[in-house]
Amino acid sequence: MTDPKPEIARHPVIEASGLNLTFDTNDGPVHALRDVNLKVDKGDFVSFIGPSGCGKTTFLRVMADLEQPTSGSVLVNGVTPEVARKARAYGYVFQAAGLYPWRTIGGNIRLPLEIMGYDKAAQAERVRKVLELVELSGFEKKYPWQLSGGMQQRASIARALAFEADILLMDEPFGALDEIVRDHLNEQLLALWARTQKTICFVTHSIPEAVFLSTKIVVMSPRPGRITDVIESPLPKERPLEIRDTPEFLEIAHRVREGLREGHAYD
Amino acid sequence: MRNVIPVLTVVLAIVVLWYGASVQLNKQWALDQAARQDRVLSTAELVADTWSQAKPKLPAPHQVAVELWETVAQKAVTSKRSLVYHAWVTLSATLLGFALGTAFGFLLALGIVYLRVMDMSVMPWVIASQTIPILAVAPMIIVVLNAVGVSGLLPKAMISMYLSFFPVVVGMVKGLRSPSTMQLDQMRTWSATRRQEFLRLRLPSSLPYLFASLKIAMAASLVGAIVGELPTGAVAGLGARLLAGSYYGQTVQIWSALIMAAAVAAAAVGLIGVIQRVTLKRMGLN
Repeated sequence: MTDPKPEIARHPVIEASGLNLTFDTNDGPVHALRDVNLKVDKGDFVSFIGPSGCGKTTFLRVMADLEQPTSGSVLVNGVTPEVARKARAYGYVFQAAGLYPWRTIGGNIRLPLEIMGYDKAAQAERVRKVLELVELSGFEKKYPWQLSGGMQQRASIARALAFEADILLMDEPFGALDEIVRDHLNEQLLALWARTQKTICFVTHSIPEAVFLSTKIVVMSPRPGRITDVIESPLPKERPLEIRDTPEFLEIAHRVREGLREGHAYD
Repeated sequence: MRNVIPVLTVVLAIVVLWYGASVQLNKQWALDQAARQDRVLSTAELVADTWSQAKPKLPAPHQVAVELWETVAQKAVTSKRSLVYHAWVTLSATLLGFALGTAFGFLLALGIVYLRVMDMSVMPWVIASQTIPILAVAPMIIVVLNAVGVSGLLPKAMISMYLSFFPVVVGMVKGLRSPSTMQLDQMRTWSATRRQEFLRLRLPSSLPYLFASLKIAMAASLVGAIVGELPTGAVAGLGARLLAGSYYGQTVQIWSALIMAAAVAAAAVGLIGVIQRVTLKRMGLN
């Protein structure tokens, strides 16, 4: 009766209602987000897709407490983004790997753990574990410049996973990588998601990437930034790369494309 | 090593120009002397004379070299006639002033980066401080400090500090602000404290800027120490040698003191450069 756990489990992981965000610029106010409503459940893989200026990154930053909404609310794990951030509820992966050149790969992954006050033994254990998770075991002592771009981005994902947050917020993490590396990382990310049961919010502007990865695709459009369509993907959880040639896949991709076209003003 | 030939070429060009200039500048005195003795100088005699006068307007390079050799190598370093002794007097004030200036500049930069009030107010004063000619301020600093019983090394070091804190402030403000928005956001997602953000991100990121500033600060510091010795009748130091040389028309002494000052500055700045290269290379920042 008084067990609090089922209570928490009932909360969606992310819950945005009536969310608005307006930036005041020299050219007047910019509506980055208008009336955004969205629920993300535990274990979802949600992609946010849309042209630049549609507010997908801004929405992610609101979840991460890096931007403050003008009105409306966002709850992360049932609490405000600020409380969630301080409770280390999420790991954030930026567009660039952003590894510190003066730290080894291991040292970079240890960085958030040091900041959060883990003891040395726990740090070493977690570094080992997440490096294995992103298939970079053996690279702990290497420096970032000794790794390829794809490997650096994997290391930055490992860093976001190191402190075992349940939510992974990813802002176009593979945007700067070439197609082949990207396919490989997408497969790895799916495997990682299956193993860790994390809830992932993933910003992208690639339709195949969004359809391939997600259980839920959020289509957004600009001026003002808003959600135009939310597609629940019927694709199975097991997804080999070849799934991209199936009719189901192409059908979802088509719907995403239609959604993007509708929302786009072409002015 | 591939720099050797260009460098030697430039040095050679300077030496040739220098010899030529000393003929031009010292010629008049030699001709006047000869006229007084009713002698006519051949060109060879004239040139030889201009390169060996006791108090030339511009001493020839070999005269300066001989003076340097005599005052550096052939005198005990504790002797007041040793240029090494005078260089050390100046260098000690330079180093103390450099240390004080670096510390002061660093603290000011910290304040400017972290305190909005200082950010809005301090920089114009810092810039204004450097527009005042140091030659005008130096005697005042020394007189005032003397009046409160501080003399010797510290007043000179204060003048060095006055000149050397400036590049450190400017460089460190830029350096501490060099982390990108993304890097700062990243720290925020980890709920890092200001202290953690400073020690783990801002400080390491600022090192390339710090080293560049330190090189300028070191050179400025040496100038400050020499200027500090000029207006006070100091009895020791490169500034004192310059002053004594100009009182007695000892141009050879002036030039050897100048060259010593340049050598000291080059060595000190070069040392910082070596530390910079090693450190930044190890940090993967170059």
